[in-house]
Formats: sequence, C-alpha cells, structure tokens
Amino acid sequence: MTFAFLVLLVSGLEILVSHPRFYWGETGNINTAALFKIPIPSSRDMVPTGYDRVLADQNGWSRSLHFQSAWILVLTGLLYVAGGLLKGHFRRDLLPSRPDGSSKRPWSSLITQLRLKRPSAEEAWSYNLLQRLAYLIVIFILFPMIIWTGLAMSPSFVSAFPAAVNILGGQQSARTLHFLMTITLLLFLLVHVLMVFLAGFRSRMSAMITGRAEKPLEQV
Amino acid sequence: MTKVTRRKLITTGLAATAGAAGLAAAAKIAGRYGLIPPDAEGIYGLGETLTYAAQQVLTRHSLAREFSPSQVSAKPFADEVEPLGQEFQMLRDAGFADWRLTVDGMVARPASFSLADLRSFPRHSHITMIQCEEGWSYIAEWTGVRLSHILGLAEALPQVRYVVYRSIQRDWWDSLDMSDALHPQTLLTYGMNGDDLAVPFGGPLRMRVPRQLGYKNVKYITRLTATDNIRQFGKGLGSVSPEAGYAWYAGI
Repeated sequence: MTFAFLVLLVSGLEILVSHPRFYWGETGNINTAALFKIPIPSSRDMVPTGYDRVLADQNGWSRSLHFQSAWILVLTGLLYVAGGLLKGHFRRDLLPSRPDGSSKRPWSSLITQLRLKRPSAEEAWSYNLLQRLAYLIVIFILFPMIIWTGLAMSPSFVSAFPAAVNILGGQQSARTLHFLMTITLLLFLLVHVLMVFLAGFRSRMSAMITGRAEKPLEQV
Repeated sequence: MTKVTRRKLITTGLAATAGAAGLAAAAKIAGRYGLIPPDAEGIYGLGETLTYAAQQVLTRHSLAREFSPSQVSAKPFADEVEPLGQEFQMLRDAGFADWRLTVDGMVARPASFSLADLRSFPRHSHITMIQCEEGWSYIAEWTGVRLSHILGLAEALPQVRYVVYRSIQRDWWDSLDMSDALHPQTLLTYGMNGDDLAVPFGGPLRMRVPRQLGYKNVKYITRLTATDNIRQFGKGLGSVSPEAGYAWYAGI
C-alpha cells in the first residue's frame, strides 16, 4: 500500500506538472483566474508559469500508472479494512481507549511526543492517543476522500453518479481537494516515518514485514 | 518463522491454482462482454482493463452531466493544434462548402455528406463540460447530429464493434466502442454556443464524446469507418493515442 501510495504520489506529480494551476467550482483554464498556482515549471508551453523551460510531456504513462496503482491501493486497502474489522485491530489498537485501557495518560504522551522524546520501552509497542487519532483519520477519512475526489474527476464515473461531484462543488473543486489531501497524506507519511525512526528502526521494520514483534507483547 | 507444513503447502497450491483458473475464466468472460480495451496489452494493461470494464459495467447507459445556460464558460480555451496544412486552408477559404464526411467500412450504404447535409439532419444540443487530461476544462453548448443517426443512414451492419474516426490532420484518428458510438450525447458537432463551430475549437466538424476526456473529442472529422476488427487500424491499439502513451479509453 505504501508503495502504491508513493507511485501515486510521483505519477500524480507528473500529471500536475502539465497544469500546475488550481481552481474552485466546475471549470477552470488558463483564460480564467486560478485559486492558487504551484510555483514550478510546466510540461505545456501554453501554461504561463514564469519559467523559461518547458518540461517533457510524461502524462500518458503517468496517467496509466496512476490508475493502475489506484486499483492496487483500493483493492489492498479493502482487504486491509476488512481484515482490520474482522480481527478487531481497529477497535483494539486504534480507537481511543477507555479510562481503564492502556493509554491512561493521553496528555503526558502527547507532551512526550511534542517534545520529540523517545518513547519508553512500554509505550513503544502501543499507539498513543495522538497516533490513534491520526491513523483513524488517515484510514477512514483521508483515504476514502482521496479515492472519492479522484473518481469525481472522471467524466464517465460522474455520468453514472453525478452527486459524487456535485456535492464537492464541481469538478475543479474535486481536483483541488484531491491535491490538498495528497499534501496532507504526504505530511502524515513523513511524520510517520520520522516516528518509526525515533522508536527504533530495525525492530519496527522487521515487525512490519514479518508481522511479528521481537519483544514480548505482555508488556503492553 | 513458522514451519511450512505439507498441509499449508497443499492449501496454498490449491488456492493459487484456483486463483489462476479464476483469472483465466474472468478474462474469457470479460472478452465476451466487450470489457477489454484494444490497448490491454503491455504493463498498464491490467489497470486499463479494470478501469474500462468497471466503467462499462457501471456507466454503459448513463448520461454525461448537462449544465444550465448560465454555466456556459465565458472564456473557453481552445487547445493548440498542429498547423492544419494547405488542404484545410483551401477548404476554409471556400467556407467549407466542399468539406465532406465519408462513411465507409462495414456499412450497407457507404455515404458521403456535406456540412449542409449534416445540418439538414435532426439537430441536437447539449451544454456539457469538456475536460483535458491535463486538468483544465470549460463548459459550452454543442450542436450537431448524433453519430448514431449517421450510422443508421449508412446502415451499419449488426456485427460492427468499433467506429473509427479520422481528422484531416495527418495520422490523427481514434475509435469508439458501440456503447459510446450509439450514445445519445455523442454528436458530430458543427455548432458551439449558438454559432458555427470555430476552427480553433475543431470547426467545421468535431466529434463530441462528453463522457470521455478532451483528446477523444477529435477535431476536423472527415471520415468514419465501421469495423468489427480494430486490430487492422494503425498499430492495432484502437487509436493513435496509445501509440503516444495515452490510454485508448479516456473516461477517467
């Protein structure tokens, strides 16, 4: 999933380069005012960017790669969510615990985290409140929304489900939201990777890949 | 690490075989129901096929969104085109009086129509959005004759599976499957926003397929060819777009 996300990020950036301007509402083009622009050169000479160079057109394969990775992300994402619900992973590990639960000092853990202190051995193998909320938002709000806003840009998809784009305020609004959510997910990924490093990179990585923790889990 | 037991090995083997057989069966069914695009080979074939098949299942009869006259873009943008050449210039100088649309291939009555002929056929208009794959868009009112009407006049044969359409621009062509070719919003347009379709926007005649992206809406149409075998055109990928790396199906 992470790999599919990174591929989507890179191919999405390639597509963005052909028109690094964003609009709100249904329509927008270089004859209309932009909501905001990304200060990068474009791969189209008709887009006024203030840079002399015109990048090579990479849109064809970028689009194909983007959609193929999107399929992989959606299909593995569905498996993950189904598995998480069946095994109770979301309820047990991600929903904020009740007062008698494991993270009884949410604020102290929040402060530890904001100071970028390394977590204690005990804390390192469970998720604190801030992490739990972040994961829940990513899994149940940002990923569904980024898939939705992506579909809302498809003229064929919205012919069958017009509400998908009308609710968002238009096709260009969907494109702008898609971009903003990408940035949010990218920030999440960067912070996530930083925290993995702080909590111990080697053991964390082997745990992610093999699904087994080296440490005895009774501590949690 | 867990030990790989014989039982586990057998179960996994059976599951893999079932999976492979399931995939083969799925491919066969998808082929029969026209769910595989002409450019399904290559490393992105899986994604293209999933996208095309999903949209064929979900959107075969759906209508593109239509807008109100107040939503028509005040500033549409005409994408740049290659220089159109001497033949186009001569036709343009004569007010396109000699522009012809040829219809051939698997039709009982091959035909050739002038713009005046096309204007005499039942006219249809819709206010729809055109979106470029790059990300920009505009809304306009498009007026023309339904492609299905032209195919009916030429008596396209029942076994036709694709309609190939060509531009006066050299080596510029594309094709539609029958769900888009016979779709009520698929128009051969000669008018835009109440005027004649201007040359930068594809005048005198542009294919308008509002459920697909801009590049499927080829400008300066001169010829339609009905076929049951898309492989015999160009490199067999369904249009010139896949030859340049772009997907044949542009509904997304």
